[in-house]
Amino acid sequence: MATVELRNVSKLFGANVKAVDNVNITINDKEFVVLVGPSGCGKTTTLRMIAGLEDITSGEIYIDGTLVNDITPKDRDIAMVFQNYALYPHMTVYDNMAFGLRIRKYPKQEIQTRVNEAAQILHIEELLDRRPKALSGGQRQRVAVGRAIVRKPKAFLFDEPLSNLDAKLRVQMRAEISALHTRLQATMIYVTHDQVEAMTMGDKIVVLKDGIIQQIGSPLELYNHPKNRFVAAFIGSPPMNIMTAKILEKDGKIVADEGDFQIELEGKLADTLKSYINKEVLIGIRPEDFVYTQTPQKTNNIRTHVEVVEPLGAEIHLYVSTQNHQLIVRVQPRYEFHVGDEANFAPDMEKLHFFDIDSEEIIGA
Amino acid sequence: MKKGKRIKISSAVLFIVLLCIAAAWTIPTLGVFVTSFRESKDIYSSGWWSVLPHMDWIKTEEFQLPDETDPNGPITIEGHTARFEEWRQGVTISKTRLLRWYGNKRSRKIEVYEEKLVGFGAHLTLKNYTDVLQGGTITFDDGSGNIITREGNNFGDAVLNSLAVCIPSTVIPILIAAFAAYAFAWMDFPGRKPLFVIVVALLVVPLQIALIPILRDFTAWNLNGTFVSMWLAHTSFGLPLAIYLLYNYISTLPRDIFESAYLDGATPFVTFVKLVLPISVPALASFAIFQFLWVWNDYLVALIFLGDKNRVVTSALAAMIGEKGQDWHLLTSGAFISMILPLTVFFALQRFFVRGLLAGSIKG
Repeated sequence: MATVELRNVSKLFGANVKAVDNVNITINDKEFVVLVGPSGCGKTTTLRMIAGLEDITSGEIYIDGTLVNDITPKDRDIAMVFQNYALYPHMTVYDNMAFGLRIRKYPKQEIQTRVNEAAQILHIEELLDRRPKALSGGQRQRVAVGRAIVRKPKAFLFDEPLSNLDAKLRVQMRAEISALHTRLQATMIYVTHDQVEAMTMGDKIVVLKDGIIQQIGSPLELYNHPKNRFVAAFIGSPPMNIMTAKILEKDGKIVADEGDFQIELEGKLADTLKSYINKEVLIGIRPEDFVYTQTPQKTNNIRTHVEVVEPLGAEIHLYVSTQNHQLIVRVQPRYEFHVGDEANFAPDMEKLHFFDIDSEEIIGA
Repeated sequence: MKKGKRIKISSAVLFIVLLCIAAAWTIPTLGVFVTSFRESKDIYSSGWWSVLPHMDWIKTEEFQLPDETDPNGPITIEGHTARFEEWRQGVTISKTRLLRWYGNKRSRKIEVYEEKLVGFGAHLTLKNYTDVLQGGTITFDDGSGNIITREGNNFGDAVLNSLAVCIPSTVIPILIAAFAAYAFAWMDFPGRKPLFVIVVALLVVPLQIALIPILRDFTAWNLNGTFVSMWLAHTSFGLPLAIYLLYNYISTLPRDIFESAYLDGATPFVTFVKLVLPISVPALASFAIFQFLWVWNDYLVALIFLGDKNRVVTSALAAMIGEKGQDWHLLTSGAFISMILPLTVFFALQRFFVRGLLAGSIKG
């Protein structure tokens, strides 16, 4: 197992299409790192550069402390699970898994032991004689993972491995890959566009957009302390509500004025926002950070009208609107809501996020 | 409803048209096939379809009219009265009995014919085939009962010669073309695109314009009349199509498979041998069929580079038409011998034309 380090890595396609822009990531030994971002953000390109399938335009990649820029993929000792599985169609499952070992001239006995061991871990022992054609999507996925496991590589790379599976199977495989990580104690780098996968699986998440790293952190760090508007909106489901508001000074207090409602700011937050007086900012409030109040509060009251009610059982998602914005609110199923009702909320003052309207970076915090 | 009906009618019309086309192709072939098993004298006295079961008048006996019968007046036989000319034509006595005067008026000989189902007892023989295959002298009866002696055409040797030409001429281009197609499809090298365009452009160059320059070269290298010259000629004429066909197939293979093999530690050569070749079997087989049939049926190239030294099947057949144009039994069996192998090859390899060999390797 090994560490993987990317230093100032960039990738240009053609003369000026920058797929990956000056990326720095340090992946510790035995860490499960998820690269997440919308499609076209450069996450797969980054992974392929680590694998050696893509040239690096500039920068350095180290695996286990060794510079691998000019080392061919086969000598980097990494294994990759492809989005489309990439199984060899004319070989049985056993041969698929043994292929890499045979090429590396492992003794027959050793190959057999390793393949059987991997098959046991993945519960595909009874499929070893079958061809990929005769397997279901989930089984093919397991074989693809098995092919990586038998090699005992320094690091595993996963390129959106679950995107071709149906929703139920995806949840199951997600848990299995996490369990596999715990069991193998291996360094794993996982690419996905699905923030739920990222949140549930990663020890560390790297959020990418347009080839630029937006934030690196643990799932909860990203959730609770997003560095910019993109991360705030990308992580979490339903997404964070983001509204424009003006910072005003009113009776000696710093107030964020949405137009329809005002939030009085206190303490440190008020101090940092002083410089934004009479300027517009973005307020971010997560759906669960609204407190439902049956009677309107005097201060910080957000008066809304209910437009859509989505009772999920454990919680209710409300689509409500102020005069200027539509918000999603997550409430306990203790109360009943009806379309057209008036509903009053108070924001959780500890969990407000403010972003600069131009740079979209977090203010304060 | 209406639409469904129209589709049914149009598909019925289509079916009938296709059936007619199929019949137009297969019935003459069947005729040649049957003729190749018939004796020379039978071929000249009746058509090939007479081997099929059918009702025919068969002569069962004959008898002599008494000498006092006057052939010039009306003649009464078995209760029927008719003139000589009518008897000469044959008179139907009952549904299954026909009497016919044989010969001139003086013979007074009457033949009795009965209508019977015939055909099962047709004289079929394998002698035509053995005659064609062997060299030396062969003999057979012709339609008028003469014994004919001919020089055999030694078709057996011609078949072996054809095989000696065809098998390497099929295998060599496939090997070269598979390498080339893989390189064109998946390897980066300078000049890849222009080279490929040149290869494709060669597809439209007619073979005939290359014959004389190549012949001169072969003469200089002392290759004329050798099998090697045929292998070289067919390989080079076949390569553009082979590369193009295989490229089309190999370039559609999923990139992931190669990358996965690459990460598994496979060199491009190992990838080619262990992945590309086995996965490309359908494309290889279809090209093998094309090339084999083309080389087997080729007359022009064989005529020019091989000449009469080592006659291949097509040359032997052509020579036979010149020497024995009227010996249909030999020509048809020779023609059939030349067809057997192509048919065998086609049926042996056509199972590789199955789709979906790639199924399961990637999501699709």
